[in-house]
Amino acid sequence: MLKIGNLHVRLEEEDKAILKGVDLAVGAGEVHAIMGPNGSGKSTLSYVLAGREGYEVTEGTATLDGHDLLAIEPEERAALGLFLAFQYPVEIPGVGNLTFMRTALNAQRKARGEAELNAAEFLKLVRAKAKTLDIDAEMLKRPLNVGFSGGEKKRNEILQMAVLEPRMCILDETDSGLDVDAMKLVAAGVNALRAKDRAFLVITHYQRLLDHITPDVVHIMADGRIVQTGGPELALEVETNGYAGILQGAA
Amino acid sequence: MAAPARKLDARKLDGAAALLAARPEPAGEAPWARAARVAAARRLAERGAPVRRDEYWRFTDPASLTVQPAAAAAVLAAEEAPVFDGLDAFKVVFVDGVYAPDLSDAASAPGIEIEPLAHALATDIHWARELFGVLEGRGQDPVDRPLASLNTARASEGVAIRVTARAPKPVRLVYLRRSAEADVMLRHLVRLDAGADLTLLESGPAAARLNAVVEAEVADGAALHHVRVQGRDRERRAFTACFARLGASSAFKSFTLTFNGRLTRNEHVVEFTGDDAIAHVAGACVGDSDFLHDDTIFVTHDAVGCESRQVFKKVLRGGAVGVFQGKILVKPGAQKTDGYQLSQGLLLDETAQLLAKPELEIYADDVKCSHGSTAGAVDETARFYLTSRGIPRREAEELLVLAFLDEAIAEVEDEGLRTELRARLEGWLARHRR
Repeated sequence: MLKIGNLHVRLEEEDKAILKGVDLAVGAGEVHAIMGPNGSGKSTLSYVLAGREGYEVTEGTATLDGHDLLAIEPEERAALGLFLAFQYPVEIPGVGNLTFMRTALNAQRKARGEAELNAAEFLKLVRAKAKTLDIDAEMLKRPLNVGFSGGEKKRNEILQMAVLEPRMCILDETDSGLDVDAMKLVAAGVNALRAKDRAFLVITHYQRLLDHITPDVVHIMADGRIVQTGGPELALEVETNGYAGILQGAA
Repeated sequence: MAAPARKLDARKLDGAAALLAARPEPAGEAPWARAARVAAARRLAERGAPVRRDEYWRFTDPASLTVQPAAAAAVLAAEEAPVFDGLDAFKVVFVDGVYAPDLSDAASAPGIEIEPLAHALATDIHWARELFGVLEGRGQDPVDRPLASLNTARASEGVAIRVTARAPKPVRLVYLRRSAEADVMLRHLVRLDAGADLTLLESGPAAARLNAVVEAEVADGAALHHVRVQGRDRERRAFTACFARLGASSAFKSFTLTFNGRLTRNEHVVEFTGDDAIAHVAGACVGDSDFLHDDTIFVTHDAVGCESRQVFKKVLRGGAVGVFQGKILVKPGAQKTDGYQLSQGLLLDETAQLLAKPELEIYADDVKCSHGSTAGAVDETARFYLTSRGIPRREAEELLVLAFLDEAIAEVEDEGLRTELRARLEGWLARHRR
């Protein structure tokens, strides 16, 4: 589904190489985790895949179901089914949470040539999904992420994911800023979305999220490359030995 | 009070004489009205016409507001249905600046009297005597407002509204245009007696050049809501001034939405004379290319425990210019004043400009006053967040523009009016896509 080949990326402003040849393939129905120390390039990878400005791809490819992601705009990537759950969801005063989600869903549907949902149809859809994530009507009415707690923001990200039903979900440090209960709720939301035709790339610094979202494959990223790949046991090794131990072993 | 002695250059003095000579003095009025006009003409003659060198005209060249004759401005076919059209209101219509009785609604109802200005000024004993030229005259210090004095001296069209209770429905002033040359002066007098309540709406393309002044007296416990839309006439040049004097525990809320227009200068001069009153003056504008929009506000706190808010948001692109000159003056003894001032510009490209001059002048020690002024581009992170969810870039930008302006629109209390204003903005953005 998602294929990344020899991806090199640098920061435009600082002329600094961040990704130095990433190779990764995520198949339909799979959950992959990317772990790595701070500054290894994990978040950059997620931003580049989603199409954030400020990064220059100097070499390599990234495709989703064979479509060249790097050649198209962020909104086109979203319409193809790519979704990035942000590490820091953005607060936008003046844009209602519901309005935002409906605009997004209908923009994607329109781009795919599907019929748009009217307000009533959308409300019915979103209410059902919100309930399982413990998101109340008041949170849906508020301006987008404004005044949300850390946990509420992350639950709202998962709600967007549930509403938009993407094929390829990237979760960037979704566990950061969450207490155990919030993390369980978020993980349950993600697990509920696991499906044969949907894949996940879970980026995390700590192993603890992976206790709740069990990955099929774990990659360790360091200095802009994936240096080791294994099963769920690799995450446990990180927990026990730290990145230093693993990176030494890999070297 | 005598005008302070100062040396004026011949250009300002000759300019004032030319402004007064360009229009006939209205005739057949009551002695008190005549006296008010003579006094205003004297104020203008002594203080001179505005010129760019004047402190409060540095950012906005007044030449096109004073030159004779006014530049013509095309009468555009309406781009959309007139704003507030579906609303149940007392409608007062002016065509090219002239009251149109056959297009206007019946003039009175319990709690409210509406009459043409000319009628009020021709009546020997009339409440308007306490208002006409009085607030404008008080508003000349410490900053000259010569175009408002000109209006007192010469404007013969407008409306006088007195409200003695809660008005049963809003008063809606509608400006229509037929002529591309219309050089129009309008003067409205609004008096709210103690405890009265009125919503005053203004809209429509008034003239190629407009000089419109409102004097509003809001007595103890009364509330005046003023909502205005300026738009639909791309080449308009307009000077407006709204003088408001507020009694104890009264409320004055004024909001202006501005589209288009080559030059628009909106002044508000607000004076608190009774304790515990509130004044919120707000505005939102969107401008593209040949567009200058100037909000000049002066709020004087001369009472205890009053709250004033100024919230102005401007979205500018293609060389459009925004100006904000906002002042809060807290006089000695005006303790427990709560003054707030916000001026923000969203600059959609590098050619747009926002010029801001926020001022606080405080002579009391137990007050809370703050101001903020920012100008910046669309937030890249917010735009990426929206586009990453599938919202096309242009739509995302429009959402962010609306979100930016919403803080000013939120100052309008009535939800129905807010919805209407938002719809107008969405319409304008849709028609002006690049």
